[in-house]
Amino acid sequence: MSSAPKPLPLLTDTNRFFWTSGADGVLRLLQCGACASYVHPPQPVCRECRSDDVRPAPLSGRATVLGWTVNHQPWHPAFEPPYVIAVVAFEEDPTVRLTTNLIEAEPESIAIGMAVEVVFREEEDAWIPVFRPVGDDR
Amino acid sequence: MTKRFEHDVVLSGIGKSAVGRRLDRDPLALVRDAAEVALADAGLTMADIDGLSTAPGPLPGPPMGYTVGGIEVLTELLGVRPTWFAASPETMGHAGPIIDGALAVSAGLCRHVLSIRATWEGTHRRLLAEGELPAPGGGRVTGRAQWHSPFGAMSPANWIAMQATNHMATYGTTKEQLGALALNARANAARNPDAIYRDPLTMDDYLGARLVSTPFGLYDCDVPCDGAVAVIISSVDTIADLRAPVRLDAVGTAMTERFSWDQGTMEHEPMVAGPAEHLWTRTDLTPADVDVAQLYDGFTFNCLSWLEALGFCEVGDGGPFVEGGDRIALDGELPLNTSGGQLSEGRLHGFGLVHEAVVQLRGDGDERQVPGSPEVCVVSTGGGHPGGALLLTTLA
Repeated sequence: MSSAPKPLPLLTDTNRFFWTSGADGVLRLLQCGACASYVHPPQPVCRECRSDDVRPAPLSGRATVLGWTVNHQPWHPAFEPPYVIAVVAFEEDPTVRLTTNLIEAEPESIAIGMAVEVVFREEEDAWIPVFRPVGDDR
Repeated sequence: MTKRFEHDVVLSGIGKSAVGRRLDRDPLALVRDAAEVALADAGLTMADIDGLSTAPGPLPGPPMGYTVGGIEVLTELLGVRPTWFAASPETMGHAGPIIDGALAVSAGLCRHVLSIRATWEGTHRRLLAEGELPAPGGGRVTGRAQWHSPFGAMSPANWIAMQATNHMATYGTTKEQLGALALNARANAARNPDAIYRDPLTMDDYLGARLVSTPFGLYDCDVPCDGAVAVIISSVDTIADLRAPVRLDAVGTAMTERFSWDQGTMEHEPMVAGPAEHLWTRTDLTPADVDVAQLYDGFTFNCLSWLEALGFCEVGDGGPFVEGGDRIALDGELPLNTSGGQLSEGRLHGFGLVHEAVVQLRGDGDERQVPGSPEVCVVSTGGGHPGGALLLTTLA
């Protein structure tokens, strides 16, 4: 891996829960106490019912691949190509997504609908959620 | 009949500067060139201009290659004192400033809006490499970038590639079908002396090109460049003063999806469906009436998304629709991106597509003129951040 620092999120009162959630190995998203919708990216009110009763809630961390790409272009010195970027849909609500990286997955084995699970990459004060195929016990 | 503000205006003038991969000129000089060409083309002078619009306008942070600034820069550059002006990065596709200008003219705030888009990505890249400009980035990322950059998903090439893989898996769309769009653009560019890349492109060249972000290779991506385009929007009341106006029949501006690259649809480029659907609610014309199409092709897949969204084929059938390229060729049933599009003419951020629409409706396309005197041209720009559509027609 390159020694250049990866771009990390600026932690704020709104997003800190998300980017530090991996400290205990659990992924969390905001969930609305009034209508149970997940609210992602995080914001202070529910985008479905506009309630301000939104709180971090734990998720299973399981998701399916909705779209993926093998990036070959050297956009940034911290990321050495090739690497896999994916959009995953969460098991609890597939309309809620995360753009992330797929690890421990050969490109030939990746398919839309593939089941994946979260693992966290600790970087300074942030835990970056990336995903690997379910059942991969390496 | 609901009022259609579009019918209060015409597109009266178009102008393009020199366009090249890297011109090593101050981009504001290119803006001046484009503006003067557009004024002469319309039959107007700078003194007639009482409105100004552009996008994305001034952005925070170090200078970026896709904007030269906003109204402050343009008024100083051109000496215009507008009664109305607008510059916004959040507009209705890259052609949003033209829609803004049409609204202002229809509302009576001004009679002739000069709308500008300028890019200097080639020269900007050189200056960055030489340390003459501060590099963007560094430090922590905020806003939307925090959902992409920590994963190395730095570019729309990555974000849109993931919709493309979804489309390929869901509908069986093939790489060769995407390639038909790149080959069509190049074939048209070969007939356009102003296009950047004019050498023949074969399917083998396309398939063998270096990969950028799968399924996209080099020729799925448009060509960053230096260049400026100006479009003048005029009141229909001034038509007697104008040299060769074309009519704005309808716009499509609706946002029907989340403003996001990953939280909404994965089966097409985000935010093409809303503007496309909206466009057809504001006109008596239908997709079957369209004689020529200029559809945003920042990547091949964007163009495929627009073809489907605009109803030229069913969603999912874009691949077979363009396969082989005959249907979208200059002499096909839907000639597409007749100047070479952004894939071969250069990334003029949608304004190049509007420019070409006017050229075709006037019959000024020379070697690349669509046969049969086209009367209806659809233009789409953007998608993703957000999108917009225009339907242009001859005056008759």
